[in-house]
Amino acid sequence: MNWVGRRLPRSEDPPLLRGEGRYVPDIAIGARVVRFLRSPVASGRITALRPPAEMPPGCLFVTGADLAEVQPIKPGLRRFNYRAVEQPVLPIERVHFVGQAIAAIVAPGAALAEDLLEACELDIAAEDPVIGFDAALAPDAALVHPIAPGNVAVEGELRPEAFAETLASAAHMVEFAFRSGRQSAMPLEGRGGVAEYDRATGRIRLSASAQMPHQLRTGIAQLLGMPEADLQVIAPDVGGGFGQKMALFPEYPVLVWLARKHRGRFAWVEDRNENLIASAHSRDQRHVLRAGFDAEGRLLALEADILADVGAFSVFPTTCAVEPLMALAEYPGPYKVPAYAVRTRGVLTHTCPMAPYRGVSRPVITFGIERVMDRAAAALGLAPDEIRRRNLHDVFPARSATGMVLDEASYIQALDEAVHILDIPAFRARQAAARAQGRYLGLGLSVFNERTGYGTPAFAARSMDVVPGYEVVDIAMLPSGEVEARIGSSPHGQGLRTTLSQIIADRLGLDPGHIRIIHGDTDRTPYGWGSFASRSLVIGGGACQVAADKLADKLRRGAARLLQCEPSDVTLRDGNAVAGAASMPIAELARLAHQRSELLSDAIGFNLAETGQYDPGGTFSNACHAAIVEVEAETGHVRVERYLVVEDAGRIINPMIADGQVQGGVAQGIANALFEEVIYAPDGTPLTGTLADYTPPTCAEIPEIEIHHLETISDATITGAKGLGEGGSIGAPAAIANAISDALSPFGVDVAEFPATPPRIRALVRGRAPRA
Amino acid sequence: MTEVRFTVNGAAQCAEVEPRLTLADMLREECGLTGTHLGCEHGVCGACTVLMDGLPVRGCLVFGVQAEGADIRTVEGLAAPDGTLNVLQRAFQAQHGLQCGFCTPGFLMLATWMLEQPGGVDEARLRDVLASNLCRCTGYQNILAAVRAAAQEMGVWKG
Repeated sequence: MNWVGRRLPRSEDPPLLRGEGRYVPDIAIGARVVRFLRSPVASGRITALRPPAEMPPGCLFVTGADLAEVQPIKPGLRRFNYRAVEQPVLPIERVHFVGQAIAAIVAPGAALAEDLLEACELDIAAEDPVIGFDAALAPDAALVHPIAPGNVAVEGELRPEAFAETLASAAHMVEFAFRSGRQSAMPLEGRGGVAEYDRATGRIRLSASAQMPHQLRTGIAQLLGMPEADLQVIAPDVGGGFGQKMALFPEYPVLVWLARKHRGRFAWVEDRNENLIASAHSRDQRHVLRAGFDAEGRLLALEADILADVGAFSVFPTTCAVEPLMALAEYPGPYKVPAYAVRTRGVLTHTCPMAPYRGVSRPVITFGIERVMDRAAAALGLAPDEIRRRNLHDVFPARSATGMVLDEASYIQALDEAVHILDIPAFRARQAAARAQGRYLGLGLSVFNERTGYGTPAFAARSMDVVPGYEVVDIAMLPSGEVEARIGSSPHGQGLRTTLSQIIADRLGLDPGHIRIIHGDTDRTPYGWGSFASRSLVIGGGACQVAADKLADKLRRGAARLLQCEPSDVTLRDGNAVAGAASMPIAELARLAHQRSELLSDAIGFNLAETGQYDPGGTFSNACHAAIVEVEAETGHVRVERYLVVEDAGRIINPMIADGQVQGGVAQGIANALFEEVIYAPDGTPLTGTLADYTPPTCAEIPEIEIHHLETISDATITGAKGLGEGGSIGAPAAIANAISDALSPFGVDVAEFPATPPRIRALVRGRAPRA
Repeated sequence: MTEVRFTVNGAAQCAEVEPRLTLADMLREECGLTGTHLGCEHGVCGACTVLMDGLPVRGCLVFGVQAEGADIRTVEGLAAPDGTLNVLQRAFQAQHGLQCGFCTPGFLMLATWMLEQPGGVDEARLRDVLASNLCRCTGYQNILAAVRAAAQEMGVWKG
């Protein structure tokens, strides 16, 4: 029986549905409560910081002075003019953004801790903050950090010889300047941690709502100068992450420091305001594109000037270069771009730091290039699908303009299938009829590829001090015949326990119910990286397959000994080791291997444990998204009438879970396109500190998402699976913006800023009459 | 401190709480019912939705002391005592109506209330009611599908 490819219900679900999940706030109950005093100003010098006049028994006040021995957070990158900005865990001299943690209060209960927080004395000599690109890049701008001249923290440039001549020679030039609004990943569970000292062993157990538990452990041990072996990090049930929870936030080393120093249990669970202003933001970018096309609509040259606001610090371990450098490397996307020149800069400002968020820069660069394609199509009189067809890679493996190998994919097929499903001529007729009644419908396409499942070589090319990539899986069959697989990845909603068990089940001829996936505990899992970058099913799944194949081989050798045949004669299926007419239950084989080893040890040694490792170069999934919207010109309201995804992520392990990932990603992408934005006042005060201001969409705004799969099996991954965790959010802003632009084409305007909120759309059409 | 007497999932409870403690915190910290989650603590996300005297309320916008004499239902009361999932919970699993699971208890309680109202549920009502709560993982489609499937199985779907 094949388990891969089936819509197996998730083994994760029953406890979560009974309210029996265990998230950090559940573990926090009964611990001493930690709350952080946060800066109310964006930039300034701390002139006074004192605890409340009366501190009740059992309460503590902790400042940067107490943490003098703790190292600052200092992620590293060895190229691209990177400036190694340091972030003190708690600052002593200066504050750099509103929300930055300055001191910690500890109390027996939350209400008392919050009362004490209000009674702390904090004086800051406020200075004019640097907010926004124009202020940060002005010649006389104040420096956010003296180490970064011009407020540029990282800078990359590629410019092939004779690029300017190539661009100038193009028959048609499209220029496009646009802005991407700042976003928050906004996991429904915020950040939080519980650090507990174990008096018997002297060890600390930190339970944290985190995506990279092993990195959190290594990073905190380094900052605190404590034995790494004395720190156990657990990621229990985690209520969403989407990249935000990859970072080593300063609050976590404070918790561990408290637990060690005071030999107790300390918990911090942030509130929503802290999450929105003081965790991490993303995608605050401004791009200028110049694209030269020949007379037939073929792209000859692309030039990109990219600015990414990275906030006030650089997050560990990804660094603040993650957005600007991804934009540099991946702008050409699925298109043949013969000449590509790019300059990218990460710009420091007095705002919350930037961290990866689902898709990282790709929603932005896809927006850029897909809007350029539509502008060029309009200028050349081509249909939007036709100009894309003329420029998409169609021979694989292909090499991108920045040297990346694009493995076998279905760029044109996905586009063709989407166009076929949409029935564009019928839509155009409906659009024309609606326009005659003063209603504005639009259709937008978005074609992209997504680099997924990339291992060490891809990350090493970025020259970070901490290079992620591989995964290791330790697999063992117990004497009962059940299997435990310990993985370095750390799922938080992706259903990996289910999908990985499907992969392993097929290799061992077992039911997935007999396979237990163990994750999120540094004491119980091999060193690994976690779940991010659409990688866990590809890399963790690949490592599971390698480990399971080694275990299967061992089982076949053991069975061959007992069944008196050759290992190659043995197949594992339906819980049995079968050789011709002879067979035995795998569980019996497992029992004998452990408890009657004298029968088997010369064939298979003394246990049924194996390790699998996997470190692929990477694989590109691809998709064509299409949106049909109706724009109300008077109010600026946009209704998404239809949303179509034709996507290719190679072999689908569990179609139900794959669709769920796409749907969730598209919803976040629509939120990005239409609704959500983190807004700062000119003085650096965040204006979107509640969900009522940040306005994430509900089910009233998100339409049904129609998904069609193509399955191109490339040899870039051993399972045939490509990653798909981020694709939904990558394609949606461009598809929606192109649809709005199509709808508003009678007004002679298009979208160059997202989210395309009603005020922005009203501003576009204000004072303009539609052409007949 | 104020003494509050109420029932949760049919069992009598008594708690000594500060008047400023929210109902959600009281359920979590005093009753050990941590299935009720807090996503925003300002009444927008709905993760803390519980039923109070038959009506859905935001557990973060009600004080514990307001529950005096009230009948509270939480997610822990949905499954059978042996853990067997009820119709709605089964539908959430079958339709993949959850990913990280953090918003799930709030959606389950909101949908439980809706499905118990006289008059049945149609598509417009389904979307209108479930738009009370936020989910960050699923894109909502499978949550709607799960509640629709449960309504059908319960014979209250007016689709």
